[in-house]
Amino acid sequence: MKYFSLVWAGLWRKKTRTVFTMISIVIAFLLFGLLQGINQGFNTALARLDVDRLYVSARTGMTDGMPISYLSRIRNVPGVRAVSMWAYFGGYYQEARNPVPAFATDAVELMKVYKEIKIRPEYIEAMAKTRTGALIGEPLAAKYGWKVGDRVPIGTSIWTNKAGSNTWEFDIVGTFDAQAYGAGFPSFYLNYSYFDEARQFGTGELHYYIVSLEDPKQATRISREIDEMFANSSVETRTQTESALAQSQLKQFADINFIANAIVGAVLFTLLFLTANTMMQSVRERTSELAVLKTLGYSDTKVLLLVLTESLLLCLFAAALGIALAALVFEAPALQKLFGNFSMPMFVASMGAGIAVLVAFISGFPPAWRARQLNIVDALAGR
Amino acid sequence: MTALVTLRNVTKSYVRGKQKVEVLHGVDLTIETGEFLALMGPSGSGKTTLLNLVAGLDQPTSGEVLVAGDRIDQLSRGSLSDWRARHIGFIFQFYNLLPVLTAEANVEVPLLLTNLSKAERRRRVQVALELVGLAERARHKPNELSGGQQQRVAIARAIVSDPTLLVCDEPTGDLDRQNAEEIMNLLQALNRSQNKTIVMVTHDPKAAEYASRELHLDKGLLTNDTRRAA
Repeated sequence: MKYFSLVWAGLWRKKTRTVFTMISIVIAFLLFGLLQGINQGFNTALARLDVDRLYVSARTGMTDGMPISYLSRIRNVPGVRAVSMWAYFGGYYQEARNPVPAFATDAVELMKVYKEIKIRPEYIEAMAKTRTGALIGEPLAAKYGWKVGDRVPIGTSIWTNKAGSNTWEFDIVGTFDAQAYGAGFPSFYLNYSYFDEARQFGTGELHYYIVSLEDPKQATRISREIDEMFANSSVETRTQTESALAQSQLKQFADINFIANAIVGAVLFTLLFLTANTMMQSVRERTSELAVLKTLGYSDTKVLLLVLTESLLLCLFAAALGIALAALVFEAPALQKLFGNFSMPMFVASMGAGIAVLVAFISGFPPAWRARQLNIVDALAGR
Repeated sequence: MTALVTLRNVTKSYVRGKQKVEVLHGVDLTIETGEFLALMGPSGSGKTTLLNLVAGLDQPTSGEVLVAGDRIDQLSRGSLSDWRARHIGFIFQFYNLLPVLTAEANVEVPLLLTNLSKAERRRRVQVALELVGLAERARHKPNELSGGQQQRVAIARAIVSDPTLLVCDEPTGDLDRQNAEEIMNLLQALNRSQNKTIVMVTHDPKAAEYASRELHLDKGLLTNDTRRAA
């Protein structure tokens, strides 16, 4: 600790250079914090998903239809607590650029399957009684100013109703809070029975059965039983856990893990050279000062440690700043909405600190070693 | 008086490129405790090399170097660092202060190697700065001080850990006449009132007049040894 002033002063010998190096490190760790944070955010969101839910889709693809007749057969599999379903509606409001992720379902069963949805019981009853009813998520209601009792037109690029229109009208009968499932959770539900009767084609088909289990430990057995039940039928099934499904959906978009790690890796690799260059220049400029320290009795090892500490201080201080900034960014409402009350995981901060130490050590060691090897007589003579 | 420094048949050679250059040829020298020795001689005569050997900055090629009871020619690099911290105070021609530290922080640098408390370090720094007449400028950085003042700070840094021996390499070489005289008066006062043993390399005959003994080197050999009455 008593050497802190010596190290700190050395660090600020060339203020401009140190500030620029620091800014580079701050930006690198801001990027690291953001990318790893988002990565962890997805993982955390995936981990939050229930393991006692299974998703059954057509083996040939998530958008291919399965018969509604599977419902009762799946319900009869031992260990199944409840089964609901989703049929893609693919909605938008007024224009295609205002997407409304809508699904046709059986709302009563859906609420049994998604136990953490907060909804008033009278809304579920109203949905069961109103054929053209719709339940909507609170954020969606707030976005368009919709309220219970409103009739809203929802367009779809997939389904034409029997009246020959692609715009369907629904009566909002209730709102719900599905924050527990994150921002990706569908926010508009219509009655499957009404949808199935009113559409011109695809009758009797849907895209997902959502299966709630009595015991999550039975997930593997039940998945296998469901898929075996429909093996060699016209529509074979593929049953996955919720997190496996979410991961495969995410991978359709991009391998977030790989992208995050690749970008961060490239940035940190560049940072290594930048910091090493700064430290090397700094040591080169201070050759005579370091020689004076040695003259005064500072051992080779002590001088090496002083330079390494300087590198460590530079990297850790700037990295902490970068990660703190990233943590602040995560407090932004848009990201809070996306991940559902997400904050920078301690794991990412600790990983950042670890990487900062590693960068400091790798970039600081060559100049520190050079300082250690300095010959006093030669250095004082300017050789 | 007792011998503080003893050199026996000391030689020192360097390899420069493909050439081996012998700078000191079998030097024998004794410096008593409390002496103020001025080492003089033309450039390349071996003055600074001799000074470096006495100060434990360099090792002889052969011969014995005994300082403050220690055979420093036999010490390892690490032990030599500790030894210098305990026994030697350095004053350089170009002051060699750390530009980013204040005067008091510069003076404190050797004390950081000791186990003294922060308060005790501060007290000693204050005393050393008062001794060189710069207590008022303690918070100034080197670039805010004149050459003479910087050399005073360097002297304070050299004496703050109460070393056995003060080693000065051209301490007035970068100063004007008035500042040079002030610095020499200060060194002489340290020698006389604090009984500090001083070995000083100088080209300046006027600076050498402040010393109690004058030693001339030429081509790596001691040629003239003159003692002056106090």
